[in-house]
Amino acid sequence: MKLLVTVKRVIDYNVQIRVKADGSGVEKDNVKMSMNPPDENAVEEALRIKEAGNADEIIILSVGNDKAQETIRTALAMGADRGIHIKTDNDLEPLAISKIISKVAEEEKPSIILMGKQAIDDDSNQTGQMTSALLNWPQATFASKIEIEGQSAIVTREIDEGLERIKVSIPFVASCDLRLNEPRYASLPNIMKAKKKPIDTKDASSLGINIEPRIEQIKVEEPPIRQKGIMVSDVAELVQKLKHEAKVI
Amino acid sequence: MTILVLAEHNNIDIKPSTLNTISAASQIDQDIHVLVTGYECEELAKNISKCEKVSKVYLANNEKLKNPIAENIEPIVVSLANNYSHIMAPATTFGKNIFPRIAVKLDIAQVSDVIKIISSDTFMRPIYAGNAIATVKSNDKIKVLTVRPTSFEPVETSGGKEQIENISFDNDSGSVEFIDREESQSERPELSTARVVISGGRGLQSAENFKLLNEIADKLNAAVGASRAAVDAGYVSNDYQVGQTGKVVVPDLYIAVGISGAIQHLAGMKESKVIVAINKDEEAPIFNVADYGLNADLFEALPQLSSELDKLNTIQQ
Repeated sequence: MKLLVTVKRVIDYNVQIRVKADGSGVEKDNVKMSMNPPDENAVEEALRIKEAGNADEIIILSVGNDKAQETIRTALAMGADRGIHIKTDNDLEPLAISKIISKVAEEEKPSIILMGKQAIDDDSNQTGQMTSALLNWPQATFASKIEIEGQSAIVTREIDEGLERIKVSIPFVASCDLRLNEPRYASLPNIMKAKKKPIDTKDASSLGINIEPRIEQIKVEEPPIRQKGIMVSDVAELVQKLKHEAKVI
Repeated sequence: MTILVLAEHNNIDIKPSTLNTISAASQIDQDIHVLVTGYECEELAKNISKCEKVSKVYLANNEKLKNPIAENIEPIVVSLANNYSHIMAPATTFGKNIFPRIAVKLDIAQVSDVIKIISSDTFMRPIYAGNAIATVKSNDKIKVLTVRPTSFEPVETSGGKEQIENISFDNDSGSVEFIDREESQSERPELSTARVVISGGRGLQSAENFKLLNEIADKLNAAVGASRAAVDAGYVSNDYQVGQTGKVVVPDLYIAVGISGAIQHLAGMKESKVIVAINKDEEAPIFNVADYGLNADLFEALPQLSSELDKLNTIQQ
């Protein structure tokens, strides 16, 4: 059984985001980039499925510029087997990305596609669901537990109300929540080994898919800055302020 | 232009997120239809048809729709889509799960998590966990949108046209089987939609001490949250976490207790209307975003807060 895991290179989650003065986007030059955090959970889960004897190959797919290869290498260093890099210098929308993933899936025929539930840059939370719909495979979104049972899987999903369990047949698409597992660090020998693992690179324009953007970004701005409020001297004053000034209790 | 809103509910009650979404839709156009997919939910459909701004309710009533399986709801919405200028759902786990499927089947780029409507094709949405706000224009024929419920005031539950039309459903995907749902057993409101949230950080020092927060939460009808530090320290489970990697909350009142205010945490709560910070470290960055700061030891402040709230309640009665 093959597993396909998608990874995205994003601004590291510890970096303070700076909006460009001209409103064209956020500052990405000389900023630390990392693998999108829930994608790390997806890679980790694939490794665990393989280690449990339920899969024999893990393929890492990333769509992006040349630097996306570094993110693929990170996943290979964690233990994945090979990489596919679909090269493009443009920021693609989830609609285009899901078409690319579906195309790769049709060629590679994985049993499960694992991806992060959302990328922490554009926060769209769409690609997994779109890929599932395009392939007509069941979806298991916001997964916090995946149990493989023969030709199906029981997936626990994190929903606003609590947890939900569904049973999906293989092949399926899982979008992974941060609670799914604790991603491992790559060991030095594995980082060395990963350098020799193959990455197949293709140009996005060679796939015959329309990847033109549909959404126009008019501007990007800082969120309204919160004015620092006042310090109160004791709890009684706080309660009075909340009651009579802010009127929230 | 007519707008279709997909209703979130539990077959008995309308979820408040539906009322917020109808309200967002009404900023674009006054002709709003609501689709209810569920089972034995005629009463619910009737109640939705009474809501302000709702001119018509479509009801797909089938046992297979008892639970919101995305694969089953998607084709119903897609079959209606061409009659509408906009299709909208709340950006809750319900709407997030279903809507991208609808968008891709229509070959449309979805706009997620809309917080402000500028015009019928231009919307504002947070990116980078709210650290930047993007204004985007959709050039697709039909706009497929999810909206952040807390950004829109709910519509009233009266004033609708009380028109209901039944539609059939015969499309069970069969590849997904619902097993069960374990809703967080809490008398308190849900964290992501609560009007008041009180959160604890590492300053609470133990799981046991979260009881101090629970006591206050009960008095304010608040949800209890936590910082990542408190979750990592094992004081409370993951589903309490507020922040970039947890839940984003936008309550009327957010009380941060023993939370220093890391960027990660601020991303999840800084849009709250009123923020209170209680911390014994006067340099804590949380004070920079707080409307009311109290530099005090939480173990003294929380019992005092509890008794002050009691006084308040006694006076009101």
